[in-house]
Amino acid sequence: MNSLLFRTAAPLIVATMLVFSVYICLRGHNEPGGGFIGGLIAASAIAVYGMASGVPAVRRALRLDPMAIAGSGVLLAGFSGLISIFIDAPFLTSIWLYLDLGETVVPLSTPLFFDLGVYLTVFGTLSAVAMALESDPEEEL
Amino acid sequence: MEDLAHAALPPAMIETATAIGDWLIVLPILLSLLGAAFLMVLRRQRGAPVIGAVLIVGGVIAADVGLLLRILADGPLSMTMGRWLPPFGISLTADLFSAGFALAAAVVTLVVVLYAEMGRDAEKGRDGFHSMVLLLLAGVSGAFLTGDLFNLYVWFEVMLIASFGLIVLGGTPLQIDGAIKYGFINFLATTLFLLALGLTYGLLGALNMADIIRVAPEANPAALTGIAAILLLAFGTKAAAFPVNAWLPASYHTPLPAVSALFAGLLTKVGAYALLRTLIALLPQSRDLLEPVLVGLAITTLLIAPLGAIAETNLRRAAGFFVISGIGAILAGLALPSREGIAGAGLYIFHAMLSVTALYLIVGLIEQRTGERDTRRMGGLFVTSTPLSILFFGTILAIAGVPPFLGFWPKLLLLQAGVVEAGENWIGWALVLALVINAVLTLIAGTRIWAHIFLRNGPEGVAGALEPMALRPWTGRARLAMGSTLLLCGVIFAISLWPNPMMEVGQKASAELLDTSRYVDAVGLAEVMP
Repeated sequence: MNSLLFRTAAPLIVATMLVFSVYICLRGHNEPGGGFIGGLIAASAIAVYGMASGVPAVRRALRLDPMAIAGSGVLLAGFSGLISIFIDAPFLTSIWLYLDLGETVVPLSTPLFFDLGVYLTVFGTLSAVAMALESDPEEEL
Repeated sequence: MEDLAHAALPPAMIETATAIGDWLIVLPILLSLLGAAFLMVLRRQRGAPVIGAVLIVGGVIAADVGLLLRILADGPLSMTMGRWLPPFGISLTADLFSAGFALAAAVVTLVVVLYAEMGRDAEKGRDGFHSMVLLLLAGVSGAFLTGDLFNLYVWFEVMLIASFGLIVLGGTPLQIDGAIKYGFINFLATTLFLLALGLTYGLLGALNMADIIRVAPEANPAALTGIAAILLLAFGTKAAAFPVNAWLPASYHTPLPAVSALFAGLLTKVGAYALLRTLIALLPQSRDLLEPVLVGLAITTLLIAPLGAIAETNLRRAAGFFVISGIGAILAGLALPSREGIAGAGLYIFHAMLSVTALYLIVGLIEQRTGERDTRRMGGLFVTSTPLSILFFGTILAIAGVPPFLGFWPKLLLLQAGVVEAGENWIGWALVLALVINAVLTLIAGTRIWAHIFLRNGPEGVAGALEPMALRPWTGRARLAMGSTLLLCGVIFAISLWPNPMMEVGQKASAELLDTSRYVDAVGLAEVMP
């Protein structure tokens, strides 16, 4: 989309959406949100960037193949469920670690990593779809 | 935290430790799912996907064998995810049939992965073929091993996604056409399944299979039979039973031969397994009410499918009708719910997974070597390719159920069940007659195709052509494909000649499916508060 306004505003929109997607993903444990919707927002950011600057620019910015990102997300989610083998519990049992950082306590858990895996999977898959739709047919995927 | 309000609540978590051996039930699914993701990351590396896929499927086979041995020794095995007490947590529950089918699926996948190298050249390494094959295996294993109806739906979706990816690989117009027919009807069937799930939950308040077994006898039988009828339509479409079978021959001949073989071996059998599980184990009272429908479906499928194979000249489309004909035999077992009948249906699924895949693999080899897809343009292969002609003929005998080939043993059980039933009413005789006619028609169809491809001197309409067809030379990849086909045929032949272990496991599995008390015990349902 060759419009000066859009091209100028796009980086701002994309950056805001990406930060917001991480926020939505992290708040998802107790409040509305989560990895799926976070990944969707991030993938929409990628789609906006692709519309503004073209698919090759998106590929350079991402550095990694989006399908590889999706694959690593499934791996992360799978392995987060696998950890419970060490505490004699069934697959996908959540394990919590309360990290004491002086002033505050940060609760870390295996569901967090599962959700991050979901985030990466949705982000990678939908970015690949968006880029395939936006790229020229003769361009090599 | 320890106030009275909490103390009055029933426990929500499993407090006992999970034995490490119980993980055997997760491993087949987890290995193939993570393997699919891993190969997706690695898909740009040359050669890595094939080797990775072979190693991963080998691991899945090992896990399935371990699972089968464990279930043979200790009875059904269950694990509920995330330590939540069943029926609130999602359970994976496997009995002998589940584990046996999962094993057959993994063996078929291994053979197909090796075979698929034939149709693929070096530049095609990046299309994610191996990832999708492993994702398909994850879906199929999950569908066999799950103990929860909604989870079964999820695995159906996983299978559907993977199969869409596989069926369009290559991207020719013919393939897109096949993919649309396949995709549309399968989406429709999955949606019907989801509809039935909503109704089940509304009626019973349960989706865990063990829980359904517990509460179903008290529910309204008319409403429950309605649900069972929707499930029969949904799974019947997936399994391609007559009259909802037209999508199968219209789409299975379009993808790569290896993909056709994988679909024919796995996908329809998952539908048949789901019928076996829901109608026999979960809703036996509704099955009794639906029996006339089942008998009708079984007889029509048995009689019409081989006629389609006789009429067809496209080789792979004809093979599609043999797949459907096997579904008829499985439905006949569902209509005869004695111990022999169910064992026959279950073992027929097992046999069909192996034999139908072998048939498609051989058909793919014939297509590759002749460069033709239509039997009218083939001929004289007996001289130029004797091993192929023997393999093809043997597989046809196995599918028709000629003793001592593999298909004979499950059909023997089905006939036995039919004859016992025949003492009481006409249904038994009708099914026995249909099974025998089906075997004869299958033999006619199969030997007719065999005679056209191998025995006839040359292509159709060429009078006195004494020159046999010129075949393409063997390549290294084609040799690998031939080797993997021989491996599968060897497995089939070995089981045909030593059927006793299979028959014993089948009888035990059938007894367990008819008397589900051990299955329900294995899940360890919580006492629900009144």
